[in-house]
Order: sequence, then structure tokens, then C-alpha cells
Amino acid sequence: MVLAGMFAHAFVRNAFLAGTAIAVAAGLVGYFVVLRSQVFTGDALSHVAVTGALAALAFGADARVGLFAATILVGMAMALLGRQGRADDVVIGSVFAWVLGLGVLFLTLYTTSRSRSNGAAGVHVLFGSILGLSAGQARLAAVIAAGVVAALVVIARPLLFASVDEAVAAARSVPVRALGIGFLALVGVCAAEATPAVGALLLLGLLAAPAGAALRLSARPYAALWLSAVIAVLAMWGGLTTSYLAPRVPPSFAIIAIASAVYALTFLVRPRRSGSSASM
Amino acid sequence: MSGAHFSWDLLDDVRQLFQFPFMVNAFRAGTIVAVVAGAIGWFMVIRRQAFAGHTLALVGFPGAAGAVWLGVSAAWGFFAFCGAAALVIAALRPQRGEGYSEESAGIGVVQAFALACGFLFVSLYRGFLNGVNALLFGSFLGITNAQVLALLVVGVTALVALGAVGRPLLFASVDPDVAAARGVDVRKLSVLFLVLLGLTVAEVSQITGTLLVFALLVMPPATAQLLTPRPAVSLVVTVGVALLVTWLGLAVAYFTPYPIGFFVTSFAFAAYVGAGLLRRRPLRVRAVA
Repeated sequence: MVLAGMFAHAFVRNAFLAGTAIAVAAGLVGYFVVLRSQVFTGDALSHVAVTGALAALAFGADARVGLFAATILVGMAMALLGRQGRADDVVIGSVFAWVLGLGVLFLTLYTTSRSRSNGAAGVHVLFGSILGLSAGQARLAAVIAAGVVAALVVIARPLLFASVDEAVAAARSVPVRALGIGFLALVGVCAAEATPAVGALLLLGLLAAPAGAALRLSARPYAALWLSAVIAVLAMWGGLTTSYLAPRVPPSFAIIAIASAVYALTFLVRPRRSGSSASM
Repeated sequence: MSGAHFSWDLLDDVRQLFQFPFMVNAFRAGTIVAVVAGAIGWFMVIRRQAFAGHTLALVGFPGAAGAVWLGVSAAWGFFAFCGAAALVIAALRPQRGEGYSEESAGIGVVQAFALACGFLFVSLYRGFLNGVNALLFGSFLGITNAQVLALLVVGVTALVALGAVGRPLLFASVDPDVAAARGVDVRKLSVLFLVLLGLTVAEVSQITGTLLVFALLVMPPATAQLLTPRPAVSLVVTVGVALLVTWLGLAVAYFTPYPIGFFVTSFAFAAYVGAGLLRRRPLRVRAVA
């Protein structure tokens, strides 16, 4: 069997370990991102990740340091700028358009100063290279993802309350603002974590597609939350397997394509109904 | 840029700036891009469709990569993909009573899928890897006369179309319910605007790169919004800011070894922050007419 032999390769085992952990984290975080209408914020953070990684490369540091520093700081900054821990989309747009401009600067610095003008490292940052992860990197990704999941499970209940009805939650003395800031920091960690695997430009698909599908399929919050994680994991496994069987297809494309297909299918399964979040 | 020396003799600097045809074309293209992106972006910001605009901007990348893979002109790819994505996003736009969250999830999926396709095309077309950065981050230099002409035609068309629907579009953007009650076809306008946005972005991003067109779309109108609540004035301020940052960016980039995109976005962001400091209390644009 081709599939049985798949796990004989160490790089495939590493990719599955890191990929599964990242998918669970992205699926869970993504559910709240979609529920809170913060997909644009997730988009912004994914672009911030590009700049963070390129900055680290330009200054000769480990790309992961730049990634985590940039996404967590900008995530929290956007939460602080916005009302009740949610930033306005014009503010988000202006901030990350400028951050991307900085990214261009770092890309130029990197490609000119390090006498490696092939730009391949830049492409890896943008589109990921999950099959190139080492065992150590995969284990680290799994540990960080487990931390994200644990943190999210701890704040899930109040965060859900604050997301669905902010005013009532605030009146019931739920710390809405602190939750908003903490949540965006978590999104930042998740973005930085997923960048080496699926790439900064594609991780939005892992945040938005499984969660969007889950929200269309179930109106019950916890069911949709876990369904989102399950869809993300299935897309990850399906994508990795597809890429193994057809090596010319890059894994990040296959993963996002499957997740997008699941999202598109939910439009067929269930006719459009009004207010997915209103019925909770 | 060897031979370019900045001095305090500003006249000499301007002479240096325009001594090569490629810089003249860069300024021509930059001027057209700034005016068109400013005007379209102004409506985009009022309509709170920054996310849709950003997604349309990025969709140009798979379009161009796919066109290069198939061996046709990149321009076709830009227009085909941006136009198609505009229609998909228009179809996702919520009917009355549907949540915004559902729409934004859909836009996010469109964006990620489009970028993933772009990466697939790049992988299938081997040896194109170096071109990725140029597609994403653009280059103002090396623009031909024919490109300037094409840009002008598309820009004028977009501005004429925008001018024709400007008043009802502003009405529908500011208060869709009242506009609908007054017999404005809000839905048709919304589709039309997205298609217009898609086509403009397709043309502009061939010059600025798909990652930077969004900066010119969002930051000048965001600046203008902070400075004045009056629609006509803020439209003029938007175009003014867009022109100023583009010209400054081109000029400064000419005298330094750093990329134009960095300077344009930085000047635009400085203008935005400056406007924010000038007026601590942000104002939304309202229809006063």
C-alpha cells in the first residue's frame, strides 16, 4: 500500500505531527475569529507575520523569533486601538498596509545584504514548507499548539459570552476588553505558529474556512467549535496525503483547497439562512 | 541608482529625477494610479469593504501566476481573476438580516484559496520563483509607454463609471436602508462597485504589486476621513494625499537604494497618523447634502 508506506518517512511523520497540532489550534481559534467578525484582523496578522519573519531574516535572527514577536505585539496593539478590544477595519487596514511596506524593505535588505538573491526563503515564509520541518521543529510546534488549545479552552466560556453579546457580558462583569486583547494575542501565536507550515499568506484559509463551514453547519456553539477543529484536521490530513501521492502539488495548496471545498459544500448542504449567530 | 546624488539644490534634483524616460513613465503611471486608487478607495472605506478590497488586490497574484504558467499575458490573468473574485464576493454579500461574520468568513476563504492557487501555479511553472517577489511587491520601474497608455484608458473608464454612479452609490453606502426605500437599487450598485474595484485593482496592481495596491486604496481615504466630514472635500483630500505620497515615494526611492513600496506606505501611514494626532476625535463621513 502506498499510504501504509507513507509513515515510513520521517519527514511525513513530522509534517503530520506538526500539521495536526496546528490544525486543531487554528480550527478552534478560527471559530472565535469568525464568530467575532475578526477575519480581517486574522488577515492582517498573517501579513504581519510576513514582515516579522523577513525582519528576522534581514537581521540574521531566527525567523520564528521575528514571527512570534511581530504577530503577538501587533495583535495586542490592534486590540488596544479598537473599542472594547476590537479594532476598526480602517485602522487595521492602514496599520498592516504600512507593516507590509516595512516587509518590502526587509525583503530588499535581506536579498541584497546576504548575497543570496534567489528569494526562496521569502517564498517559504509566504507559502510555507511543512514537509521541510525537522523533528525538533515539529515537536515544538505541537507543544505551542497544545498551549494555544489549553488557553482557549480556559477562556472559551467567557469569550463566547463576550463574543455573542458584548454589552450583556460587560454588564455581568465579564472582562470584555481584557478578553479581546488576550484573544488577539492568541490569534497572533496561532498565526506565527502556522506560518512555517502553511505559509503566512495561506494561514487565513485555515482560520476562516473550517470555522466558516462549522458555523454554517451547526448553530450550537460548542458543537461548531469542535466541528471547526475536526474539519481543519481533516483538511490538513487530506492535504498532506494528496501532496504525498502527487508530489507536484504543494501541500499548502492541497490543505487550503480541501478546506475551501468543505466551506463551499456547506452552501449546497444547507440553504442560506438568516443570522447564524442570532439563533444561539 | 548610480549617478543620482541628492543635494540641496532642489531644481537640480528635479532635473536628475526626470533625466531618464523610465522615471518619467514611473511618475506618469504613479499619478494615474494615485488618482484612481484614491477615488475608488474613498468609496471602499465608506462602504467598510476594506477586507473585500484587500482580497481583490491579492487575487491578482494567482491571476498573473496562472497567466504566466499558461503562457498568456499577465494582464489577462489579472483582469480575469479580479473580475471573477469580485462577482464571488458580491454573491457572498449578505442579504438583509444576515450576519457580517458569515460574509467575512467567505471573503477570507476566497482570499486564501486564491493565494493557494497562485502558489500552485508558481510551483507548476518551475523557475518562476524569482518572479514571485516582483508580482507581490511590484516595481514602478521599467514601465513602458504602452503600459502608461493602458493604465490611462482603464483609469479614465473607472473614473467615468464611478462618476456616473457616484451620487446614488454614496447614498447607498451611507444609509442602505433609506436609499433602498427611496428606490435606489442598492444590490445592483453593490455588485457594480465590487466589479469596478476588482478591475481597478487588477490594473493598478500590475504596477504596484499585489501586496501594495491596498496601501493606496485604504490609507489616503482613512487620512481624509479624519480631517473632514464633508464628502466632496474628503474626496479631494484623498486624491491629494494619494498623489503626494506617491510622488514623494518615487522621488525619495530614486535617491536611496530602498524600495519604493516602503516609502509610499510609510509616507501614507505618516499622513494617517499625523491626521489622527491633528484630530483626536475620529469622524465618520456623513452625507450632508
